[in-house]
Amino acid sequence: MEEIKPDKTINIKGLVCPYTFVKSKLAIEDMEVGEVLEIILDYPEASRSIPKSMEDHGHKVLKVEKINDTDWVIVIRKERE
Amino acid sequence: MELNDEQIHRYSRHIILPEVGGKGQKKLLSARVILVGAGGLGCPVGYYLAAAGVGTIGIIDNDTIELSNLQRQIAHNTERVGMHKTDSAKKTFEALNPDVNVIAIKERITKDNILDFIKDYDIVVDGSDNFPTRYLVNDACVLSGKPLVSGAILRFEGQVTTILPKEGHCYRCLFEEPPPPGLVPSCQEAGVLGALPGVIGGLQAMEVLKLILGKGEPLKNRLLIYDALKTSFRKVKIPKNPACPVCGENPTITELHDYEAEYCQMRL
Ligand SMILES: [Zn+2]
Repeated sequence: MEEIKPDKTINIKGLVCPYTFVKSKLAIEDMEVGEVLEIILDYPEASRSIPKSMEDHGHKVLKVEKINDTDWVIVIRKERE
Repeated sequence: MELNDEQIHRYSRHIILPEVGGKGQKKLLSARVILVGAGGLGCPVGYYLAAAGVGTIGIIDNDTIELSNLQRQIAHNTERVGMHKTDSAKKTFEALNPDVNVIAIKERITKDNILDFIKDYDIVVDGSDNFPTRYLVNDACVLSGKPLVSGAILRFEGQVTTILPKEGHCYRCLFEEPPPPGLVPSCQEAGVLGALPGVIGGLQAMEVLKLILGKGEPLKNRLLIYDALKTSFRKVKIPKNPACPVCGENPTITELHDYEAEYCQMRL
């Protein structure tokens, strides 16, 4: 699978819900449609809830991956304003 | 304007709503709303607008707090009896949310000063308790093109409507003239159950937030009537009246008029 290059990366390790999503949403609001956001986080629940919430808001989840014992990376493409 | 960390926390439940987000919250923070009256309705409307982060809230009222106000005017308290209502409301709202700048205007509105008071604001909220003021505020908003969220309460019944000049109806489209003095009971004569202004003021605050955010459908061309005893809400259609004396095709009211003199001073 080809690697997607993010336009912006945020590290929200240490944050819990709902601030994980709040920070992710604020980040994506400032981006252009079609751009890709990479989120690095360590709150397990958010690895499930952020992709779901982003889809509810109409964005595309490109990747959800556990990258080590504690962290996940989520990649989202902004699909609409 | 960027939201700081404290604001991101404070408004997180707004930011996660698709209809609000960070952008909507910034709209709220830069919005300017003026409340006519710091009484039964002004208290909950201002309280919720302050909590929501509406950045500038003007409040006009010339009254001081009486013990008999406290059964429903929730921004004031027992220690503040005798204090100006606008000063008390400012204290309460700014303590709830330091992001908010409350401008206390200790005046009675008249035909000569109202246009000046409302000109720097985006939205006007009427929480006054008498017909002369309600008509004056209506006319001033129609003449100056300001959105108006109007509320009224009596006994167990309340009403809310949102007047968007040019787009929709106004108060005079429904009743051209105020009812004759003496025919209408005032709240002082008729009473009001304490939580009623909370319901109506909450609806008014919601209308204001929707207008600022540009989301949903405002109560345009509609009057919402709440009957507390039956726990029923009724929405009545009020078409824009082409013959309306202030917003119609050939308006006869082109300047402001005070009805105050014809009425005894009923203050709540
Ligand atoms: Zn009209």
